[in-house]
Amino acid sequence: MSIFGFHYKLERNAIGFTLAVIAMASIGGFVEIAPLFTIDETVEAAPDMRVYTPLELAGRNIYIREGCYACHSQMIRTLRDEVERYGPYSLAVESKYDHPMLWGSKRTGPDIARLGGKYSDQWHVAHLINPRDVVAESKMPNYGWLMRDTLRVDDLGLHLKAMRKVGVPYTDAQIANATKDAIGQASPDSDAAAGVSERYGEATNVRAFDGVPGTVTEMDAVVAYLQILGRLTDAAHKTPMKTE
Amino acid sequence: MMVAQLTQNERFFGLVILIALGCLGLVMAAVGQHDPIGMHGWLVVVCSVVMIFVLANGYFAPEPSEARLAHYYDDPSKVGIVLAMIWAVIGMFIGDWVAWLLVYPELTFDAGWASFGRLRPVHTSGVIFGFGGNALIATSFHVLQRTTRARLPDQLSPWFVLLGYNLFCLVAATGYFMGITQSKEYAEPEWYADFWLVIVWVTYFLIYLRTLLRRREPHIYVANWYYMAFILVVAILHIVNNLAMPISFGSAKSYSAFAGVQDAMTQWWYGHNAVAFFLTAGFLGMMYYYLPKRAGRPIFSYRLSIISFWGITFMYMWAGSHHLHYTALPHWVQTLGMTFSVMLLVPSWASAANALLTLNGAWHKVRDDATLRFMMMAAIFYGLSTFEGSFMAIRAVNSLSHYTDWTVGHVHAGALGWVALITFGSIYAVVPWLWKQPRMYSAKLIEWHFWLAMAGTLVYVFSMWNSGVIQGLMWRTYNESGTLSYSFIDSLVAMHPYYFARAVGGLLFLIGAIIGSYNIWMTIRMAANTETSNEAAIGDAAAAGE
Repeated sequence: MSIFGFHYKLERNAIGFTLAVIAMASIGGFVEIAPLFTIDETVEAAPDMRVYTPLELAGRNIYIREGCYACHSQMIRTLRDEVERYGPYSLAVESKYDHPMLWGSKRTGPDIARLGGKYSDQWHVAHLINPRDVVAESKMPNYGWLMRDTLRVDDLGLHLKAMRKVGVPYTDAQIANATKDAIGQASPDSDAAAGVSERYGEATNVRAFDGVPGTVTEMDAVVAYLQILGRLTDAAHKTPMKTE
Repeated sequence: MMVAQLTQNERFFGLVILIALGCLGLVMAAVGQHDPIGMHGWLVVVCSVVMIFVLANGYFAPEPSEARLAHYYDDPSKVGIVLAMIWAVIGMFIGDWVAWLLVYPELTFDAGWASFGRLRPVHTSGVIFGFGGNALIATSFHVLQRTTRARLPDQLSPWFVLLGYNLFCLVAATGYFMGITQSKEYAEPEWYADFWLVIVWVTYFLIYLRTLLRRREPHIYVANWYYMAFILVVAILHIVNNLAMPISFGSAKSYSAFAGVQDAMTQWWYGHNAVAFFLTAGFLGMMYYYLPKRAGRPIFSYRLSIISFWGITFMYMWAGSHHLHYTALPHWVQTLGMTFSVMLLVPSWASAANALLTLNGAWHKVRDDATLRFMMMAAIFYGLSTFEGSFMAIRAVNSLSHYTDWTVGHVHAGALGWVALITFGSIYAVVPWLWKQPRMYSAKLIEWHFWLAMAGTLVYVFSMWNSGVIQGLMWRTYNESGTLSYSFIDSLVAMHPYYFARAVGGLLFLIGAIIGSYNIWMTIRMAANTETSNEAAIGDAAAAGE
């Protein structure tokens, strides 16, 4: 009865009760979350990992804006059927520059963690304009305005700067040239294009993603993002896969 | 009329706050003129100006009489209930709309705002925060005063909490239409809305604490344990999960302080505990007051209440990682999450059993009284969906259910069957008490609402169970040659009939909520008519209602 006796006293003390609730509720979080930031094994090492280019980051932000995460996960689980369907399962390192992560919770459409390079740019553009043109049974909405809307690029430097503040290693040069690089990545024939490969690596996709050189549309950004999914590092392809 | 109840001082400070808020809105509109945040600046300005007009309208009314201090302060609860029902209809309407979008995906008018991805958070936030949150604030103020036998400490701060909270909901919902979201499920609003909510929420906690400190009952009643835990833990969850770096003060966009696996764990620690403390603890507070009150029976077991309260407060906080089975989250964290999720069944069922056993000796009332039946069915659904939740947290089950509509079905068994039913039951109980009426406008309409809600919930949940399990099984089925039998699109086609059924179930539930709103509105009008004609009866009804 002593426990109930103690409680009898506790429930007469508003401040004590408040503190007790906070204390009891804090333990679980401390045990589960805090170690993830300190234990090295939480995230694997991947020396070849690169950051998102400004255009890809802008595309990712549009992906977030349109709520794509509600239907497409970006996390391939360690189950045999998922690895066979989608490719090597996702490693923690692959999303280490994802602020926030977009692992998702529902697959109304398929997982897209390894979408990059799987289809052509033309396929993506057609799919986004009217999904049923390429997949007759699709339940995805149309995103026609992506092709009509010019991408906002003037504030991309600020985006990169904020990303650096939360831990993504963008260089001063990358921040200073963010706007130029975004235009350059979608304009292969322009002078700005060379700088993109210089700052983000030779393997970076530089092309008119929406098929229309000249104006940089939101479609350019989204397709650039979709084409880099799962390709920021090769780590997953090098890791021996043990499925369950 | 409600402004006249405020003291001169309270009216003055109210005006100061509104003017300050209006100025803040102007600043947002100015610095964010090239960004969606500027639209929100104007929204804040419009809301402040409207409220300034409302306040100015009664500003020079005479000081309210001292007699007010002899009564509880219920005006914010009344407005809160009306707002809760408005949000219920909006949130459920959008919910059914997106359900139809999954049947007919072309219904988006080629417009961003009408697209599934933007409407979905309007639905989830509208129902969880708009409907649920307003109901929690309204009922918590009502329960708090009765169980402590103390009046709220002042009359301005409850209005600040209620209206400030609704401003948050409004900014959140309008933001989603414009594509302002940080993509963290159930924590989609951006940094400035989050910041505002912290101010509102701290005020909410202080009202609770100040009233408890004024209480004339030696003990803090069970319902208040739950309301307190709800307020405190939601504050912790909200602040930690929303830590983010805005790109500038003139931009709505921010980047989460956490990345990848750490962000995933933080998000689902928040996400699952939003279920625990927003959608469970708060509503258990409601249940622990209104169910025994309506049944006319004391709570079955006080000790069971203690065990289930601390069990829920302690164990739920570990359970979030069960959302991340088989992912890149370290295995030990997944296992902890699974273990605690299974153990959670004990305190959850203790609560559900406590509620149902309270009805012993009052079962004839359940048969005759749809209001009490709402609460009973809520307790049953609470028991069922917590069982299902523990079951789905087991790794092997989760491998089948995760990412499928089974999760959606489970959530709605909880949201419709537990949260909405306990809320409707509590609202039907409290509305006549608050508006000093002997009963609701129509008992028959409550019956209609009850059966529509039941039918809607069952159709919804069964269709989602079917589609979820079929979907999960199709994804993992192999043929004789050892390759996957179905393409992803095969599974999508298989879901089609269930999506149609789900949209119909949601529609039934929505119609019920509209009928409920009508009934509540007519009860309020009934009160307005009697108010002028019979002052004496009011005193009697009040005495009976307390």
